[in-house]
Amino acid sequence: MYAQMVKTASSGVKSREEMSEQERVFQDKIDADIKIEPRDWMPDDYRATLVRQIGQHAHSEVVGQLPEGNWITRAPTLERKAILLAKVQDEAGHGLYLYSAAETLGVSRDQLIEDLLAGRMKYSSIFNYPTLNWADMGAVGWLVDGAAIINQVALQRTSYGPYSRAMVRICKEESFHARQGYHIMMKMAAGSVAQKQMAQDALNRLWFPVLMMFGPSDKDSVHTAQSMAWKIKMDTNDELRQKFVDQTVQQIEYLGLELPEPGIKWNDETGEYDYSDPDWSEFFNVIKGNGPGNVDRMKARRAAWDDGEWVRDGLMAHARKKAAAKVAAE
Amino acid sequence: MNNEWPLWEIFIRGQHGLSHRHVGSLHAPDAEMAIKNARDVYTRRNEGVSIWVVEAKHIAATAPGDKGPLYEPSESKVYRHPTFFDIPDEVGSM
Amino acid sequence: MANKTEISADQAALFQFLLRMGDNTLVLGHRVSEWCGHAPVLEEDIALANTALDLIGQTQLWLGLAGEVEGQGRDADALAFLRDIWDFRNVLMLELPNGDFGQTIMRQFLYDAWSSVMLGRLIKSGDPRIAEIAEKVSKEVAYHVERSADTVVGLGDGTSESHARMQAALDYLYPYVGEMFLSDATDAAMVSAGLGPDPASLRDEYDLLVGKVLDKATLTLPDGSYTHKGGRTGAMHTEHLGHLLTSMQWLQRAYPNSQW
Repeated sequence: MYAQMVKTASSGVKSREEMSEQERVFQDKIDADIKIEPRDWMPDDYRATLVRQIGQHAHSEVVGQLPEGNWITRAPTLERKAILLAKVQDEAGHGLYLYSAAETLGVSRDQLIEDLLAGRMKYSSIFNYPTLNWADMGAVGWLVDGAAIINQVALQRTSYGPYSRAMVRICKEESFHARQGYHIMMKMAAGSVAQKQMAQDALNRLWFPVLMMFGPSDKDSVHTAQSMAWKIKMDTNDELRQKFVDQTVQQIEYLGLELPEPGIKWNDETGEYDYSDPDWSEFFNVIKGNGPGNVDRMKARRAAWDDGEWVRDGLMAHARKKAAAKVAAE
Repeated sequence: MNNEWPLWEIFIRGQHGLSHRHVGSLHAPDAEMAIKNARDVYTRRNEGVSIWVVEAKHIAATAPGDKGPLYEPSESKVYRHPTFFDIPDEVGSM
Repeated sequence: MANKTEISADQAALFQFLLRMGDNTLVLGHRVSEWCGHAPVLEEDIALANTALDLIGQTQLWLGLAGEVEGQGRDADALAFLRDIWDFRNVLMLELPNGDFGQTIMRQFLYDAWSSVMLGRLIKSGDPRIAEIAEKVSKEVAYHVERSADTVVGLGDGTSESHARMQAALDYLYPYVGEMFLSDATDAAMVSAGLGPDPASLRDEYDLLVGKVLDKATLTLPDGSYTHKGGRTGAMHTEHLGHLLTSMQWLQRAYPNSQW
C-alpha cells in the first residue's frame, strides 16, 4: 500500500496484565473506537510507528506525482491534460494533508522530507515503475488509485484522529482519480488496434507491481499484530489484496481485455478468485532501491528540494523583514 | 537559522452561512501568503468564501485532562440534540 | 478540409487575434504545467498547477472561438495539436524554457500584468463572445497577477541570492516584453471593428503596474529598448517552440484520428 512494510516500533503486543494504568486507558479508548488526539497521552511506540506510517504515506503521494507527471506535457487533448494535471495536483494536496497529520505528532515536514531524501524513510514501491504509454495514465488511476482506495477506506476508521480525518478528505478525492483512469481505459480498449495494445500492455506491466502495493503475504509479514491492536492497520495484506483482485477482474472483463496472467481463475470453493503470487524477490529489491525508477525518482525529488531552497529562504526572509518593519512602525 | 515556513491552521466559511470551520493546515512564510495558499490548497479558489488563518503556535487549546469535566455536563443534556425529540412524520420537516 | 471557404478579411483578422490570445495561454499553460511535481514547496506546486489549469481552460475558450470563427470544422484540440510551428501566434517570451523558479515567476508576472490590462479592455469588446470570455477569464487573471506580483516582491526583497536571481530573470526576460505591445494590420482591423484595443495603448497602464511591483521588489528595469519579436506574427519563433510542440502533439501526430 502507500504505507508498505512499516516497521512497528514495539516489542510485541502486551496483555492487559503487562500494561501500565496509562496503557490500559489508552487501549480501552482504542477498543471503544474513541479517537486518539494529538495532545492525548500515547505510548512512544504508537507515536513512532504512526510517524513512520503517515510519513511514508505522505512521501508516496508526493513521489507518486512523478510517474503521472511524466505524461502531463504529452496528454492527447486539452481536456485530458487538464484532468491529468488536476489529478496529479490532488496527489500534492494529499501529501500536504498527510504531512500535516504527521506534524501533529511533533515532527516537522522539513525533517520528514530530509529523512526521505537521505534514504531513512521509504515510499510505496509502485512509484518506482515507469509509465511508458498513454494507457498507463488510465491504468495508474484505475489500478493504483483503486488499490489505494481499498486501503484508505479502511484507514478512515484508524485510531489516530488527524490521520483518520486526512483519510476522509483524501477518499473523497480518490474516487475521481479511479474513475478518470477507468474512463481512459474504456476509450483505449474500444479504440484503434494500437490503442488497445497500449491498454493491454499497461495492464500486463502494472498488474504485479500493483499487487505488491499491499505488501508481503501475511505469513511473511511481521509487526502486524501490534499495529492492528492499535488500529493503525485495519486489515491484513492478503485480505486487502484479495478484495482488490475480486473487484478488478470484473472490470478487466468489461473492458474486453485479456486477463494479465493465467493464474487468475474463479474458485467455486472459496467464492473468490485465485491468482498468482507476484515475484516477491523483485518486490524486496525495489524496496531496497533496485527498482527500475528508484534512482530517477529520488533524483527528481532531491533536485526539487535543493533547487527550491533559495525560494523558501527568500520568501521567509521577506516575511521577517515585513514583520520587523511592522513592529518598528508600531 | 531554521527557515522552515511556519505552520498555519486554516478556517473556511462556505457559501451557506455556516460558521468558519477548521479544514486543515499548511505552511506559509506569513499571513498574506497563508491566505493565498489556503485559496489554492483548500478551496481550489472558489469565490465567495471567507478564509481565516491562524499561526498554529497561537492557538490555545484545552488540555486533554480537562476532557471529563468540560464535556460531561453537556453530554447529560441530551435534550439539546434535535434527535432527542420524536416528531411525527405528518408535521413535515423541522 | 474538403469544402474550404474563403473567410472575409475582418474574419481573418479576428481569427488571427483569437489565435494570439489562445496560443499565449496554450504555450504558457504548457510551460507552467512542467512544474507539477517539481516545485520548491508543496503549496507552490499546488498553486502553479492551478495557474496552469486556468490557462488550459482559457485556451479551450479562445481556440474554441477561433475554430468557430474560422468555420472549417477545427475545434480547440485540432488547433492546439495539429498546427505546426509557423501557424503559432504566441509571443516569444511564453515559449522560452522555464529556467529556475524565479524566471518562471517573473515571466508569469510580466504576462499576468499584460493579461489583466488586456482583458480589462476586452470586456468592452463589440463582439459579445469575446466580452463574455474576457469577463470570465479576468477573474482568474486578477488572482494570478496578485499572486505572481506578491511572489516577485517576496523574492526580490528576500535574501541576496533571491534578489540576484530575480534581477537576472528580469534582465533576461525584459527584452521580450515589448512584443506584447506591437501593433500591426491585424490589430488595426480589430480596433476599427470595435472588437479589441490597439496593443500599444496598453503600455502606460502596464508600465505603471509593473513599475510599482518592481519597486517594492527592489528590482530595476534593465537599460536598453531592444525588443525580440516574431512570435505573435508567426514570422520567426525560437527553436524552443518546436521541442514544446514535439512533446505536446506527439500522440495526436503518431496516432491520428483516434478517440482519447
